[in-house]
Amino acid sequence: MDALKENKDGTKKKSFFEKLRRYKVFLLMLSPAVIYTLIFSYYPMAGVVLAFKKYTYAGGIWGSKWNGIENFKFFFRSGQAGTVIRNTVLYNILFIVVGTAFQIAVAVFLTEIKGRMFRKVSQSMMFLPYFISWVIVGVMAFNIFSSDYGIVNRLITAMGGEKIPFYSQPAKWPWILLFFNIWKGIGYGSVMYLAAIMGIDTSVYDAAAIDGANVFQRIFHVTIPSIMPTVIILFLLSIGGIFKGNFDMFYNLVGNNGLLYGYTDVIDTLAFRALITSNDFGMSSAIGFMQSVMCFITVLLANKLVSVYDRDYTLF
Amino acid sequence: MNAVTSTSTKIRSGDKLALNIAAYVFCSVIALLCLIPFVMVISGSFSSETAIVNNGFSIFPQEFSLEAYKTVFKDPMVVFRAYLTTIGLTIVGTFLGLFFQTMTAYVLTRKEFTWRNGFSFFFFFTTLFNGGLVPTYVLYTKTLNLNNTYAALLLPLLFSVYNLLVMKSYISSLPDSLVEAAKIDGCGELRILIQIVIPLIKPALATVGLFIALAYWNDWYNAMLYIKDDTMYPLQYFLYQQVNNIEAYKKLIASHAVSGEILNTMTLPTQTLKLALTVVVTGPIILAFPFVQRFFIQGVTIGSVKG
Repeated sequence: MDALKENKDGTKKKSFFEKLRRYKVFLLMLSPAVIYTLIFSYYPMAGVVLAFKKYTYAGGIWGSKWNGIENFKFFFRSGQAGTVIRNTVLYNILFIVVGTAFQIAVAVFLTEIKGRMFRKVSQSMMFLPYFISWVIVGVMAFNIFSSDYGIVNRLITAMGGEKIPFYSQPAKWPWILLFFNIWKGIGYGSVMYLAAIMGIDTSVYDAAAIDGANVFQRIFHVTIPSIMPTVIILFLLSIGGIFKGNFDMFYNLVGNNGLLYGYTDVIDTLAFRALITSNDFGMSSAIGFMQSVMCFITVLLANKLVSVYDRDYTLF
Repeated sequence: MNAVTSTSTKIRSGDKLALNIAAYVFCSVIALLCLIPFVMVISGSFSSETAIVNNGFSIFPQEFSLEAYKTVFKDPMVVFRAYLTTIGLTIVGTFLGLFFQTMTAYVLTRKEFTWRNGFSFFFFFTTLFNGGLVPTYVLYTKTLNLNNTYAALLLPLLFSVYNLLVMKSYISSLPDSLVEAAKIDGCGELRILIQIVIPLIKPALATVGLFIALAYWNDWYNAMLYIKDDTMYPLQYFLYQQVNNIEAYKKLIASHAVSGEILNTMTLPTQTLKLALTVVVTGPIILAFPFVQRFFIQGVTIGSVKG
């Protein structure tokens, strides 16, 4: 009877409770994921209030006393704020620009290779680093760059040069980190561009050939422009994460080597040390809050830029 | 070279040759650079400690020796336990995660569920804004009191919105008529999911399942945050600890040595031991790699389809 009444208001409109009953099974099926997300994502979101509190263990998130912007003041007075924000942004720009260039180059060259076997084997080799943890990359980096045993210093001394103490020379680290960042992501990252190249209509190539384009013109006037939409979309999306440092990478390659911090400390590693090493919940949550807000803004901005470029690719 | 007839094709084939050489050289160099660190780890692990200390690491083994592996397996239970922890977490996490993610994705693609966009946004919003390290840490360690529990290793990786989107875009590519037909036949939602949808999305299950499995296998971060009991360490964090506490390991071996032979601490494997441990930890991934690689490639392309 109730249902009939509701239907009189308008044939399509159904009351909230009737929908609730109709969707009972759907809601039940969603409930594990919803509960999980509420606890592990939304509860911590509310927990950002800690950035404005003086954390005490007994008080926890809700019972600790407010202390205004003291935590932020402390963070900015520590003199580390400028360094970590600068490092995070510059590293990300470096990784995005150089990484993308290498991934595109690999994709373009791989498609030019006619030998199926060679193509498959080399692609697999490039994909290999994607599968290992950064802990293992840290071990490998030591193999290569350690002052006493590293293969690079071994080659340098074999050629009569002076050993370079990489683990105490911070200025060398942007290049080392760049190397490993490209190294780990090149196989996986190039797949997207490979797919884009495969998707190019072959008639465009035929037309270019008839017009007398040579192979290099074909690459620079057909292949690259054709995959440009993919490149731009991925570029804009990665801009959204520009304030996010890759903690796994920095922590495993640099660790707690304070000598290198000037060049290698990023927002995430500082927030981690503030929490775990110095037990400074206040400063760590202030750093985290600041980062979350900046990430939120940049993601929205990046999405806006994508929508200006091509509405179909926006995230939301 | 084949004989070329016309001059214009001769020029073009010259370009082509240059490009081909460039392509082969470039790809070979990159591929070798990707492989060499792996080769170095394996070679180093089969070298003698003295050779490494005197000459440093190299691409080929020096003075072949199994000493490092003998040390790793001196107390096999230690490695074995870490293996067991990681394998257990990977299996349980992958199946649970896959089940919840598939079920969620299925509901979010059902057209007659008019609240689906609202719920999609509810999940998606968590990728835009997050609470950050401290609130999450307080949640795990204090609110839920999950210190030193396997739950602290299982829960953080159980659900990912990225995987949900991959799953959603794959399920939504199935024709609606399939589900409609099953409904008319009187199937319940859960039965449609299990008997009709799941058999049709095997490639997506393989892909997402492997993404989840890899995340569990390579996780060390959550162990670092929440696990203090060293008998509970998963594989990667076990390696991390060993590598960073190699001095402590030296002492451990020395204490073993007291009972039997007297060992010169200088010749105790430390550098090679790290590498042998790395090989032991990485082994299964590298062995599985040739079989699973294509699913990851698939994942990239499924993910690029907008969900």
